[in-house]
Parts: sequence; structure tokens; C-alpha cells
Amino acid sequence: MNKNRGLIDFLFRISGIAAALLFTSLVLLVARANPLEAFANIFMGVVSTPIKIADTIVAWVPLILTTCGLVIAFTAGLMNIGIEGQIMLGAIMTTGALRLLQDSGLPPAVIILAGFLAGVAGGVIWALLVGALKFYGGVSEIFAGLGLNFIATALSLWLIFGPWKRAGVASMSGTAPFDAALWLPMFQGFRLSPWSLSLAIISIVVVFILMKFTVVGLRLKAVGKNTRAAIQMGISPSKYMLLSFILCGVFAGLTGAVQVLGVYHRLIPSISSGYGFLGLLVAMLVDYQIIWAVPVALLFAALNIGGIQLPIMMKLDSTLSGVMQSSLVFFFLIMGGVRKKLQRKEEKPSNE
Amino acid sequence: MLIELIEIHKFFGSVHANNGITLTIEPGQILGVLGENGAGKSTLMKVLSGLICKDSGKILINHLEQELNSPSDALRLGIGMLHQDPHDFPSMTIREDLQIWDSRTGVKKSASDWQQLIAIQKDLGFHFDLNGTVGELTVGERQQLELVRLLWLGVEVLILDEPTTGISAAQQEVLFAALKKLAGQDKTIIFVSHKLEEVKELCSRAVVLRKGCLIGERQAPFNENDLVELMFGRQITRTRTSQSGTQDICMSVRNLSIEDFRIRIENVNFDLYAGEVIGLAGMEGSGQRQFLQTLAGLKQATGGRIEIDREDINGKNCFEFQKRGIFYVPSARMEEGLVPGMTLEEHYILSDCEKRMFINGKNSRMITETRIERFNIKGRAATNSEELSGGNQQRLLLSLLKDPARLLLLENPTRGLDIESANWIWSILRERCQAATSIIFSSADLDELTFYADRILVFFAGRISEPLPSSGLTEEKLGRMIGGKDWPK
Amino acid sequence: MNEFITGMAGVVAAATPVAVAVIGETFSERSGVINLSANGLIVLTAMVGFATAYTTGVVWLGLLAGFLTGAAAGLLISFSSISLKQSQVAVGFILSMLFRDLAYFLGTPFMVVPGPTVQSLPIPVLKDIPVIGQLFFQQNILVYFCYILITFSYYWIFHTRQGLILRGVGEQPTSAYSRGIDVNRQRYIYTALGAGLIGLAGPMYSLCVKAGWNGTMTGLDGIGWIVLSITIFGGWNPLRGTFGSVLFVFLQWLGLVLQSRWASVPSQVLQVAPFPLMILTLLFVNVGDTEWVTKMLAMLPRSVRGAVYRLIRFLRKPPPASLGVPFERE
Repeated sequence: MNKNRGLIDFLFRISGIAAALLFTSLVLLVARANPLEAFANIFMGVVSTPIKIADTIVAWVPLILTTCGLVIAFTAGLMNIGIEGQIMLGAIMTTGALRLLQDSGLPPAVIILAGFLAGVAGGVIWALLVGALKFYGGVSEIFAGLGLNFIATALSLWLIFGPWKRAGVASMSGTAPFDAALWLPMFQGFRLSPWSLSLAIISIVVVFILMKFTVVGLRLKAVGKNTRAAIQMGISPSKYMLLSFILCGVFAGLTGAVQVLGVYHRLIPSISSGYGFLGLLVAMLVDYQIIWAVPVALLFAALNIGGIQLPIMMKLDSTLSGVMQSSLVFFFLIMGGVRKKLQRKEEKPSNE
Repeated sequence: MLIELIEIHKFFGSVHANNGITLTIEPGQILGVLGENGAGKSTLMKVLSGLICKDSGKILINHLEQELNSPSDALRLGIGMLHQDPHDFPSMTIREDLQIWDSRTGVKKSASDWQQLIAIQKDLGFHFDLNGTVGELTVGERQQLELVRLLWLGVEVLILDEPTTGISAAQQEVLFAALKKLAGQDKTIIFVSHKLEEVKELCSRAVVLRKGCLIGERQAPFNENDLVELMFGRQITRTRTSQSGTQDICMSVRNLSIEDFRIRIENVNFDLYAGEVIGLAGMEGSGQRQFLQTLAGLKQATGGRIEIDREDINGKNCFEFQKRGIFYVPSARMEEGLVPGMTLEEHYILSDCEKRMFINGKNSRMITETRIERFNIKGRAATNSEELSGGNQQRLLLSLLKDPARLLLLENPTRGLDIESANWIWSILRERCQAATSIIFSSADLDELTFYADRILVFFAGRISEPLPSSGLTEEKLGRMIGGKDWPK
Repeated sequence: MNEFITGMAGVVAAATPVAVAVIGETFSERSGVINLSANGLIVLTAMVGFATAYTTGVVWLGLLAGFLTGAAAGLLISFSSISLKQSQVAVGFILSMLFRDLAYFLGTPFMVVPGPTVQSLPIPVLKDIPVIGQLFFQQNILVYFCYILITFSYYWIFHTRQGLILRGVGEQPTSAYSRGIDVNRQRYIYTALGAGLIGLAGPMYSLCVKAGWNGTMTGLDGIGWIVLSITIFGGWNPLRGTFGSVLFVFLQWLGLVLQSRWASVPSQVLQVAPFPLMILTLLFVNVGDTEWVTKMLAMLPRSVRGAVYRLIRFLRKPPPASLGVPFERE
């Protein structure tokens, strides 16, 4: 019986993936493209050269960081859609700190560290703004977050085209790049920095420990699952919800800092690159299990990188990766719902 | 309309809510359906009104078998129900509220048939302003509105589920007069109640349900004592525990008043002694829940003092109450007390309030094991709380309570449990009393109240009695008071 | 002055798709279902509508395609949230992302090609009324349709029995159910209808207000979120919602005008101006309901308190009581 149930669970999971692949194939057929060829191109786009593999990991790092923050927010029952803006503010603050300190003569390591701290502060400020709007203004975190996302975008655009304008002409390519000394050191010949990679790994470990082995993690979970029971257990829901906003802001700020210090080395208009929203999808898919974020984020990052091949090889738009990612999560959720519905039906007669 | 219910069974999970009920209801009579809370009265009535589906059995209307799969089926046949909480739309005007029905129920009414409605209303002695808002009516008026609405839609069978809860004596009089009049017009009326007095006054025939079974039937005139015995039965007698209160005051309540959209309680005064058990008796929804929540700091009292060690803690938040050792155990275990999706061990870690950063796996495992054993919970450390049976959930909830505590506020602590579990839970609670913990609990079980409480507060229609020593109370006397009799003027 | 009236006529035209979408979302939320996919849905149906009209050469087929796509999306949302009991917020968000990416992916062949557009159709006689004629009756048929839709939806929700049932289902599903109403069927119908209207807003952009399909540069990303917040601002009332839509478009227009005056402010900044406005509006509408405000109010003298309460109640219309909560019969 138990063995059967495990098998059935597994089959449902697989069928969600299969349904998503089928759906994507249909979409490709509608676009008059050969699905197999497209999938092959995506796959090759990821594994064909070491540089591409490294690029996948470069995309994996921010995705993991945002997922780490979002898993905490989800645990407390909060849909932190504002994470995109929190990343952007992190990036803006990091850039600001670097611009301020780059000519100060301080050792580069100190400046980089200051950049990280400023980024974290930026993410936390933006997240707390959402929290304050929710608790003191009655504005749902979804709308507050979305609005603040757009405001963050405007802020970065204003900075890029205004006060932080590149000498000469302001353009969508962003502010002037920083001196190479202020870049996070990278593996020779790759865009991947060992520092950001370790940061991602440490983050997973930290969140894993927080969720699995600390009382705070457990309290967040209780608040998210049953606010009223949490009160009976002496836990103040609003305090812990604010805490989860702050923690999520920390990770968002780190993401922004990594993108500035380790990837773009300047502020660009869409510095968050949609990793916040993508992180939301990953967090929904892994269902509070941060460990699962490792492979899922890797898959999503690979789809992002592999998708770049599509316009080059097949004249298809690279948004196909987005279609694959969101349909994967959607069908996964649907299949989960179907499974629960069937289980309920199965259990009902057994009671009589 | 002749209604025949044959061998009706209904289960909720493992609870057998209706156990083979067979009943014939003739037109032109007012049938009383009596029983304690949880006896299965409401379930049976909801089956008849299509709100829930029976698991097996037959329903015959005028000798024809009918499937009542939804309220629209029942309404089409002319069966309408008045619920304990009026099923209406508080945000709408009365005129709007009246227009909400489903055309599948066969009602063909041009919305302008208001004359007929006004005629019905006048006939029954009610009065509504059609442009008023439903939410601004009293519960009694909302019930009258529902009654008029159902009659307007042409209902032949009226089911009233505890219609006198929360309404004034004057409104009750009007309602009863209306019901008698309707019975005279050959309507079938089913009156569900646990108040003997009302059934005696109103009904021509009464059936009694106990623990899901129909156990007896009487014709008017009724003998009250006879009905009481049918309702409550004489079952396993529990051994009465000795008086456990001391002379130390644990909490004093002075001039406390509590207000709710439905209940208004004023001027409550009593002293609670350390180690004492106070029971709250009364019909469900008479304010016991609001009272317990106010004492737990979960609900703000509108006036008065709650004193602990001479300090007034009224107005502080519930965490302050918890700090002073006052804990509340809600009746809705899964909704308000336990966290679904968390294991027993996680519950114990959370309730263990020691300021610690990391979970001490070894320690918490040990605590979990000992508590599971001590509280006899049928589950393992890794079992999720929602997978436990009701009785085990209650044990888990009690095992989470901090020790020592000053005061435990328990809402229906043994509801839905079998006698054995209930006895066991009380043995544990009594042990806490030995350690000077006081207990205030609400219950619908008169047995439980008289056996375990040292003193009893009776709730009726917004009034709270003086604390009555339970040793001087018989079940019968208590039953009468719950039903609103024998109150000092 | 004349310039201003032309501008205002433009505002009226540009507000129609927003108003139609807001009315669609209003229907859906009135029945108790949040359609959080509006943002992606508008982008997707803009593409689908344009592609259909471009391929067939028939404009109204494009509009129909938009409506049908929207309705299908509505059924998908109903199925996953009502029948499968998945979180409406999660499903809506995922679909919003999916629809948007789908639009960009499938829309590539239709990028920057000239397609058919809805022609303007002045109404005889009425068009000659000074100012009013110019503002309201020298428009295209979609705008006239919108007039009808606003009137009809308002009348339907507040003055018909069906509308009462719709509101009843969103407020007290248990009461509605015990009166014989099939709650979930009502929700399916209104979610599909509402999503259909949101779907209509897409082609209203791509075939009229912002004619053409330009992929990610079409500039429709974000409008759906505004629609959702205008629905709240509008207190789930089509008239107030329409007012909110017009106000929003007017402010956007004002931004454009100001931009030409203040060349120093980058255009991107003014483009996002509606969003802080959205937060402020929601703050304004909702703040009266928070704990600290309630506590503060309790301290006010009685005479002032009444007026403040009335103001708050005017600003904040409570949402349908069962919004986002699945209905389960006992």
C-alpha cells in the first residue's frame, strides 16, 4: 500500500513534467518549429562548451540566492512578489557604494565588502517598505511589491540616464564599468566567480539549517501554516512576518550585489534579469524544500542559457525558456491538485 | 406533505452522526426534534434539506422516493430550512436579499410580487422595511425574514434549527405564534431544539436523538422528566472527584462586560480560587467562547477588570496573559490550536518556550517520546498533527500546555471524544489542579459539568449566573437553567 | 483649448481597454475568484488578436479571438482553483508569467508588420454636440461598445436578480448554496466571462489604442497589474472602476505632456509614475482598516469620529467576503 502510494506520487510528478514538455512541443509546432530540434539546441546550448556550463552556473547563483529568500517568505505565508525590486535596490546601493569609494584609496577587498553590505541594506529597505505597507497601510504584499518593483526600475533608469550617466552618452548599456580591481575575482577564462558560487552554496546551507534546525525557522513555519495556532503557542505573527521580509530582503540584496560585483561590473537597466520572478517559480515548485532548489534552479538556469541558442540556430524567440519554466510549474501544481483530489476520493469510502 | 425517512445513515470521518434513523412526519403538525449538542439533530435536518448528502437510506415524499442532492432539490419539493445562523446576506438590503434564489428550484416569481410578501408578513405579525439592510437587523428579525422568505417562495415543509438561540423572549413569542398559525394552515413544521420548555409549549409530537440514534418518541402532553431522561440517558457514571479548590485567589473578575455582534454580557463578577475547576454550562453560542477568549486576552473586554495578583491585566495582549500563565485551548483543534503539516515533535519544540537558537534534536526527541507516552498519544514523533484522530489531537493539545500554569481555559475539552478518552483527559487535568492550576472549561455535557466542575456558571441569553456549587446541582436542575427556567428574577 | 479636448478624447479612447479589463476582473472577483493572470493575459490576447486579424484581414475576428482566449484562460483558472483547490494567487501568478512569455514567443512572426485597425466611426448628430460630441462621439466602435458594457455591467451587478446572485456567491457562498444556487458553476461562468473581457482588452490595444505588435516593446507589460489595483480602488463597482481607469489614463497623458515640457526628466521615469500612484491609492483606500488607525480613531472625540468613519467607509469598499476562498459544501 505504502509502496504503491510512493510510486503513484512519483508517477504524478513525472506526468507533470511530461505534460509541460508536451505543451511546449505543441507551442513549438504552432510556431512551425521542430520540437526535437529545439530541445536539442537548448541542450547543446548548455553543455557544448565549458564556457556555457560556467554560464549556466553564473545564472544559477542569483536564482539560488533569490529562491533562498523566497523560501523563507513562503514559509511565513508571504507572496513576496516585490523581490525583483529588492534585487534592483540591492544592485543600486552596491553601485552607489562602489562609486563613492572607488577613488578613496581603500583596498579593493574593503570596497567590495562595503558594496555587499550596501546591497544587503538596499534589499532590506525595499523589503521592509513592503512589510510596512502591509502591516501599517493595509496594502497587500502583492500590490505593494509590484509597485515597488516598478519604482525600483524607474530609480535605476533615472540614475543611469541622470546622475550616474556614463561620460559622453547615457545609454541602455548602463553606467561606466568599474575598475577591474573592484570585480569579484573570477575563474580564469570564465565569467564565473568562485566567490559568488561559494556565496550561493553557503546561502543554501544557511537556509537549510535555518529551516531544519532552528527554532526561528519552525516558528516561521507555524505562522505561515496556522496564524491562530501560532498565537496560542506564544508566537507573534506580525513580528515573524516582518522578520521573514527582512531575511528575504537580505538575500535579494545579495543577489543584486553579486550581479553588480560579479557579473555586469556596473549598473544596467534590467539588472535583476527576472531572477526574482523566476525564483518565485522555483520556490513554488520546490514547496519549501530548499535542497530541491539546487537541481530545479540548475534546470531553470540551464533553460535560460540554452534558450539563448534558439534565436541564433532556429530564429525562435528565447522566451521559449520562460514558457517551459512556467508551464513546468503550472502542470506540476495541476498534477499535485489532481493527485490530492484522487486521494480524497480514495479515502472517503475507507472510513465507513 | 408526508415525509418518510427510512434508515438514514451519515458518517463524518469515523463519527456516526446519523445511525439508521427512521421517522415519519405528517403535515399540519409541529414536530419537535430533541437532543443534546452533537446528538445528530442538525445533521439529520441538513440531510432532509439537501445541504448534506446521506450515505445510505431513503427519503420518501408523499410516498415517492426522492434524491435530495442539493438544497435546490429540496426547495423544488417545497422543503426549506431556517439555519441557526441565518443563511442570508448581511451586506444587502432586505429587498435584495429576498430576490436571491435559484430558478432551478421551480420558483417563478416576478420580482414585483411584493404584495404577496407583505401579506405574509402581516399575517404572521412581522414588520420589515424592505429598503433596510439585513446586517442591521437583530438575529431574531433575520430569522423572521428567512421565515417569510421561505413561505413567499412557497415552501410547504419548514425546518427550524435551534431558532431561539440569540433571540429575545418577545421575539420568541412572536415566532411561536407564527409557527402555530402556519401549522394550522397545514404546513409541516420541524422544530429542532434542546430546550424542553420550548418543545413542550410548541410541539404536538417530539422525537429524541441521542448519539446519532433515534431513541424515543412522545406525543403531547409531554412529561418533562421523561424527556430529560430520554435526552441525557443514564450511562456510565463517573466517579465524582473531591472538591479541589483552595482558599487562595487565582483571579478576580470585576464588572466584566463583553460585547460581540451577537452576544452582550454585562457585569460579571467572581473570584477564581487556585486549583479550582469552574464549568461553563449553557446552550452553544450563549457567550461561553467569548468569555473564555476574553479571559485569555484574545478578545478585548468592553469594560471591567481582570485582576491577577492585584494587577488589572484587562487590555493587555494575549502574550502578556500567557506570560502570567494563562493559556487557552480552543475547541476547533485543527483550525486554532494545532499546525497542520507539522509533526508532533515540531509542536513540542515550539511550545517549549526556552530561548534557544538551535533545535536540540536529542532533547526534543526525548521530550516528545516521554510526552507521547505520558499522554498516551497514538502517533509517532514524526506523525503530522492532522493525521491524528480527534481524541489524540486533543491529547496532543493538552500535552502542549506549559507546566506549571496558573489558569487553563478549555473550550469543550472533550467534545467528540468517547467516554474513555474523556475520563483519561480529566484524570490528567485533575492532576494539574493538585498542583494549584485552576481550570475554566465549557461543555455541552451536563454529566461532565456536574462531575468535574467545583462550581458552575450558567449562560443563558446574555446572562451569566452566580457561580453555583456543583454539589448542590442535579443534572435536571442544570438542564432547566440552561433552557432558561428557574432563573432568579 | 482645442488641443486639450483632442487630448481628452484620446484619454477616453485609451481608457476603454483598461475599463473593459477592470470590469472583467470585477465580475470575476465579485464571484469570489481573483484572476491574478490579468497582466500576462492582456499581453497574450493582444498578440493573438493582432495575429488573427492580420492573418484573416478581419478586425472583429481578432477581437473575438482575444475574448475566446481570455475565456479559455478563465476556465483554466477556475479549474485549477475551484476544482483542484490550488491557491488562486499561485496559479494566477504562474499563468501571468506563462501567458506573457507565450505571447512574446509565438508573436515573433507578427512583429512590426502593419495590420488592420479599428476605424473611427463618428455617430451622426451626436458628434456635432460641442465638446461632448468631440469627446465621446467621434470615437471608434470599441469605445461605444465600452459605454454599453459599463452601463450593462453596472445594471447587471446592482439591478438584476442574476447580479444579486453573483454578489451573493462572492459574499456568502454558504447562504447562496442553501438557497439552491450552484456556487461553483456561478464562479466558473463569471471567471470565464471576466477573463474573456480582460482578453478583449488585449486586441483593443493591438488593433486600436496601440496598434500593432512589437514584442517586448509593445509596452503592455504592467497594465494588468494596474487593472487589478483599479479593481480594488473601484470598490468592485463598474462605474467607480471606469472612473479609476479614466483617472489613470489621464494621469499618464499628463505625464506625457509634462515630459515634453521638462525634457530633463527621463521618459522612463514618467512611464512608471502610475505605479507609486497605485500604491498610494491602495494605501489611501486601505489604511483606515489597519489596527493602529482603528486604535487612533478610538481616541478621537466623538463628534469628529463619525465624520472620519464615514470618510473611511466611503474610501474603502470591503472586498467580496469570500474572495480567494474555495467553497466546500459540508
